[in-house]
Amino acid sequence: MSQNQIKNMTLNFGPQHPAAHGVLRMVLEMDGEIIDRADPHIGLLHRGTEKLIENKTYQQSTPYFDRLDYVAPQNQEHAFVLAAEKLLGVEVPERAQYIRVLYCEIGRILNHILNVASYAMDVGAMTPMLWSFEDREHLMEFCERVCGARMHMNYFRIGGVARDLPDGLTDDILAWTEKFPQMITDMETLLTENRIFKQRTVDVAVVSAEQAYDWGFTGPNLRASGIAWDLRKSQPYDAYAKMDFDVPVGKNGDCYDRYLCRMMEMRESLKIIRQSILEMPEGPIKSTDRRVCPPSREEMKTSMEGLIHHFKLMTEGVNVPAGETYTAVEAPKGEFAVYLVSDGTNKPYRCKIRAPGFAHLQAMDMMCEGHMLADAVAVIGSIDVVFGEIDR
Amino acid sequence: MDTALNELKEIVIDALGSSVLDSQLANDELSIVINRDDVPRVLKYLRDDVNCQFKLLLDICGVDYPEREERFDVVYNLLSLVHNRRIRVKTRTAGDPVPSATEIFSTAGWFERECWDMYGVPFLGNPDLRRILTDYGFEGHPLRKDFPLSGFVEIRYDDEKKRVVYEPTKLTQDFRSFDFLSPWDGQEPLLPGDEKAEGEGA
Repeated sequence: MSQNQIKNMTLNFGPQHPAAHGVLRMVLEMDGEIIDRADPHIGLLHRGTEKLIENKTYQQSTPYFDRLDYVAPQNQEHAFVLAAEKLLGVEVPERAQYIRVLYCEIGRILNHILNVASYAMDVGAMTPMLWSFEDREHLMEFCERVCGARMHMNYFRIGGVARDLPDGLTDDILAWTEKFPQMITDMETLLTENRIFKQRTVDVAVVSAEQAYDWGFTGPNLRASGIAWDLRKSQPYDAYAKMDFDVPVGKNGDCYDRYLCRMMEMRESLKIIRQSILEMPEGPIKSTDRRVCPPSREEMKTSMEGLIHHFKLMTEGVNVPAGETYTAVEAPKGEFAVYLVSDGTNKPYRCKIRAPGFAHLQAMDMMCEGHMLADAVAVIGSIDVVFGEIDR
Repeated sequence: MDTALNELKEIVIDALGSSVLDSQLANDELSIVINRDDVPRVLKYLRDDVNCQFKLLLDICGVDYPEREERFDVVYNLLSLVHNRRIRVKTRTAGDPVPSATEIFSTAGWFERECWDMYGVPFLGNPDLRRILTDYGFEGHPLRKDFPLSGFVEIRYDDEKKRVVYEPTKLTQDFRSFDFLSPWDGQEPLLPGDEKAEGEGA
């Protein structure tokens, strides 16, 4: 036996690896530098959100949704309030719908600039990360001005939003949408035709349409595989039916197409932001149904009924009629859904959170097989995972 | 929307016959309850039939109803891109194995692992039924209704042993659950302290 038997090596990737985007521990079985099998171990950020929500009233549950995908918190809240509204049968005033759409799109841009920039850093480009954080800062400032918190907004309420937009905010957002396209163009100049970037991403981890179905892909990852599907278009919620935008679709389903889809989506989001501001009607920002929404602060201080309503809602909460619903929104990462079961009391009986990243990360094994170790980093970046929502 | 879903409901019930135990159309959402052993057959039919084409399995989750004899619901949420519809498939189990859907949808693997982890519902045929979200070596199934919110163990770093140690949960204050369900009319007629006035010493 002159030839030595070569054994596969097992390599631990993470949990503290800068390219693991959080706390992913991946056990890689390596044949030389080729990945044979990838086994992601998740749950290092598990906080038991679903169990906690079962012990909280409906209003107390929304902050937990900010802490799932902490890169774009608005969209998660949206799914939950829509689910609860569906069970309650509440009508949301039009202005509130527009405000929600506005902030959901701000969340989408927040998410996409962080993802594209950190992805570029994973594969070797430092500059986009430094540039993009400036614009994230502007966006988080817009969040702060409307609700006081930069990231964990807790702004959406069952039946509307917490408070109206302050004076001058829409003008500032409009001014920002004027100059942000330049930033996207700059990023594109840096990345899209960049030779190194293309070498690292083109034809890496190609996912065919069939595979995308099989592995439950949604959002930009599904669209990059050539399937035109966007819940904002096909099952519009809130004011999305009135919005005018396009859905970018990829061709090859590789890492490069996933990047391109996200870049295009940012421009579409800008369109929606502009349209929602320009067409935003005047009116109430919360449902006036006092079974669901507390009265304004002023009314609470001056009217007896207002005080009673406020007290009832803040202690007892909303009693949601028994029933169940699976309500999904197009979050920046894919279909984020809440399966809500109510037993007629003020606390959810079961609140299952369907996180898009969970299904995407599961496909790591399929996508990485036969690729080099360095490609695993590119794949993780391109499927856009955030562990807050995967581990819940 | 409703008529289309009604049609779909009839098509599905016709095709699957006795596998469907119950069906429900509420909140514009169609859900069917099926026989536990028929899960793979039903999912395969729903995926491949030309009237259904539910090609995306989006979610599998458990629900616990401790008062029921078959206490767990396993819920599958499917989406058809072609017809732009959703369907919910439910099955019941008392903790007996549910046939795995991994042969039909690869994505079922982790969702079934999660359901096993959280509820202890085993899936027969899942190639890799390890725990997924809880800690290595965790005991119990935390989303069951009889699992306490505060859990059984807590961990901390022990400076003497130079490692992380597991200890039984110690709460400095008991966990308090306030029932605000009805502050007006559901209150006990007795106020705290009333027993002193009406007890023997009064």
